[in-house]
Amino acid sequence: MDSFTLTLNGKQVEFEPGQTILTVAENNGVRIPTLCHLKGCTPTGACRICLVEVAGARSLVASCSTPAEKGMVVETETDRVHRTRKLTTEFLMASGKHDCITCERSGACTLQDLAYRYGIDKVRFETATRPYENEDANPFIIRDFTRCILCGRCVQACQEVQVNRAISFGYRGPHAKIIAGVDVPYHESDCVFCGQCLQACPVGALVEKKARFAGREKDVEKVRTTCPYCGVGCQLDLHVRDKRIVKVSAVEDAAPNKGRLCVKGRFGYDFIYSKDRLTTPLIKENGEFREASWDEALDLVAAKFKEIIAKHGSDAVAGVSCARSINEDSYQMQKLFRAVFKSNNIDHCART
Amino acid sequence: MTNSFAEFQNAKMFMVIGSNMTEAHPVASTFLKNAVMNGAKLILVDPRRQPLADFADLFVQIKVGSDIAFLNALMNVLITEDLYDKKFVQSCTTGFDELKAKVMAYPPEKVSDICGVSPEKIRETARLLASVKPCMLCYTLGITEHTCGKNNVMSTANLQMLLGNMGVESGGVNPLRGQNNVQGACDMGALPNVFPGYQQVANPEARAKFEKAWGVTGLPDKPGLMIPQMMEGLASGKVRALWIFGENLANTEPDIAKVEHELASAEFLVCNDIFPTETTRFAHVIFPAAAWSEDDGTITSSERRVNRIRKVSDAPGQAKPNWWIFKQIAKRFGHEWTSNSGQEIWDNEVSVLAPSLAGIKYHRIENDGLQWPCPNEEHPGTAFLHREGKFTCGLGVFNAVDWTPPAEVPDDQYPFVLSTGRRLYHYHTRTQTSRAGMDVILPEETADISPHDAKSRDIADGDYVRVWSRRGEVVVKARLTEQVPPGMVWMAFHFREGNANWLTNPAFDPVTQTAEYKACAVNLEKKV
Ligand code: SF4
Ligand code: SF4
Ligand code: SF4
Ligand code: FES
Repeated sequence: MDSFTLTLNGKQVEFEPGQTILTVAENNGVRIPTLCHLKGCTPTGACRICLVEVAGARSLVASCSTPAEKGMVVETETDRVHRTRKLTTEFLMASGKHDCITCERSGACTLQDLAYRYGIDKVRFETATRPYENEDANPFIIRDFTRCILCGRCVQACQEVQVNRAISFGYRGPHAKIIAGVDVPYHESDCVFCGQCLQACPVGALVEKKARFAGREKDVEKVRTTCPYCGVGCQLDLHVRDKRIVKVSAVEDAAPNKGRLCVKGRFGYDFIYSKDRLTTPLIKENGEFREASWDEALDLVAAKFKEIIAKHGSDAVAGVSCARSINEDSYQMQKLFRAVFKSNNIDHCART
Repeated sequence: MTNSFAEFQNAKMFMVIGSNMTEAHPVASTFLKNAVMNGAKLILVDPRRQPLADFADLFVQIKVGSDIAFLNALMNVLITEDLYDKKFVQSCTTGFDELKAKVMAYPPEKVSDICGVSPEKIRETARLLASVKPCMLCYTLGITEHTCGKNNVMSTANLQMLLGNMGVESGGVNPLRGQNNVQGACDMGALPNVFPGYQQVANPEARAKFEKAWGVTGLPDKPGLMIPQMMEGLASGKVRALWIFGENLANTEPDIAKVEHELASAEFLVCNDIFPTETTRFAHVIFPAAAWSEDDGTITSSERRVNRIRKVSDAPGQAKPNWWIFKQIAKRFGHEWTSNSGQEIWDNEVSVLAPSLAGIKYHRIENDGLQWPCPNEEHPGTAFLHREGKFTCGLGVFNAVDWTPPAEVPDDQYPFVLSTGRRLYHYHTRTQTSRAGMDVILPEETADISPHDAKSRDIADGDYVRVWSRRGEVVVKARLTEQVPPGMVWMAFHFREGNANWLTNPAFDPVTQTAEYKACAVNLEKKV
């Protein structure tokens, strides 16, 4: 069979028809920077940071949207490529307020990485001022338009990944802006606060409100776990600082959610820190609860169950297990009822 | 689920019935929407014009509780017009003749009145269903929360077998499980009739196996009580002590007034919980428990995938893991249990005792979880069940069933049907979501009604309305929405005030004991 090959930075590599130059490069360990490209979505070719040189082509081509072709000769790191990427980066830096000191995403920002990678120590253009105020009116997502580089990843995340169709590009030229609905705040639009836009944003233009100033990328350890809400079983990365969850993101490429979450999985984590938590065993006396030690409470429960079983038989005790807690807890509870109390009166709300 | 979420992506057709997926299983719905955008067909069957209707090729708005009549009529058309999968039916199933006899009594003309869908639309649905293979059927509580819930479930299976959509990738019958671990709690044997891994307590061999493993004798052989029976037992004195782990029964069970009377009748009530709830008010002892991310363990998702839950911090104060609490009680009865962590319980007990979980060990699920059945440690897990039409008990059995109406239907005094469900921003009784900022977005319960009914009763959006049933009444704001058809009131049970369960009917499926949350009769008026 005729194999599909091209030359990438001087090396012969194989590819499958339909793959983009970017995919071929990634598969061969060559890293091309990208900004607007969102995996699995239609390439928009908007940011031009992924430009590469293809022999015979007059101008540089966007690797994220150009299909690989047989016999192509591709160079990803030429001077011309570097100069262009550097210039693009400078334009982006000048397009708004990119003062990393105050930015939540510092240390995990694609623009910051690009500036460093292309050795930019001074921006040669005047910084534009964006005519839009921050939006801080909902409990979960802050929109900072001064940091938005209009890459459109959030729009793709909303339109193509989650298909919530809440946001799109609005206005033109210096007034360009990502708008929700007819340019209303998120909470007045069709937005369902899945936060997929947030996860897709490469800079600090969309940030988690609850996580603001709680710990940047370098301050946190990521712990993988499973969402505590519905039966889909989405995989989460808990961003943990000093044993406290400060933020949640979706695990990319994990089964089943493939980097997606909903409002509950992404923002519903901090109930565990509520001041309402039960922190000590409680025993009711004369209609009021009083605090008790573990031994006292456990002894009382054991004695009561013994007494009732002795008097009325094993069928007089019953247990309802929890469909929210871990398997091991449910296993243990049914074992207690069956092996110790000798009762099959164990159930949970399997039906609701 | 017989199949997996990953199969949504390549599915060619979906039939979604009684599943408000965009709110109850949001991420699953994104994969479904992706498939539809890529050309998959979607048939949506629901009493409400819910968000997925915008994506449906065919939206069939049936009346609440008419599912079996509708499904039987579809099968009637498939058989009459010779559109079913004869090869599958012949080689992989039994009971076709009984099914045929039964559904022949459900011609579209007759069913049309019951389900409020024209005979033409029923035929169109059947033809569309037969035109694409395979079709993935998804359902949720819209199917199960009826007095005929079990029969509803059997009807969906009948349909999929008739169409030959079982045992194939991107096909099958897929109930999306509500809670994160409702699948796992079943798998673990937190059910009155089975040990872990669905081994029957009535089976002497199974009992002998567990007696040996647990070092005990005399495991009871008679299946125990289900929740509604336990609750009634409290009132009658048959059940003296009840231990409630985590569930907030005082808000989640139908007919709150009745439930609270039952809880108050308990001679001794123990609760494990992370928060004080309406239910813990009735307890004699409350044990403070470790929450999600305060303990290591596993939960099992709808697609039978066993996933890890990891510990980030200790539980606050003196709160303890639930498994530890149960172990301490066992100890006081003279039983020394050796397992001393989630991992020891799973690796040394659960996976040893439940054959379908035998191959799942903690070290294998560090990253992506594994889907059971997974019989040994080399097994990759099972993405979809009944491969090539092989059912666990041999052939797939058609269970022909008749339609029965809900236990309580509208009349002159109570002219509306109340149906209930979940809203996106909250989870059940909000013990968690209200403490995570969601109240700002969804602060209170509403009664969702059609603009048509609102007009005839002079109710404006946001007006307070009184809604009452034979069991109780609530006062809530009206929310006018085209999602709800005339004649229906739709509510949730996220809030104590205005909780739909003050109104719902404690009528249960005779076999599964699932309550009829989806249908009861109410009246409503503007509160002056
Ligand atoms: S939170 Fe979700 S729905 Fe809202 S704009 Fe972002 S992606 Fe769209
Ligand atoms: S908000 Fe973020 S993702 Fe959206 S266009 Fe601006 S920079 Fe890109
Ligand atoms: S993130 Fe949303 S969809 Fe995923 S498991 Fe959690 S509640 Fe379900
Ligand atoms: S990443 Fe290719 S054009 Fe933006």
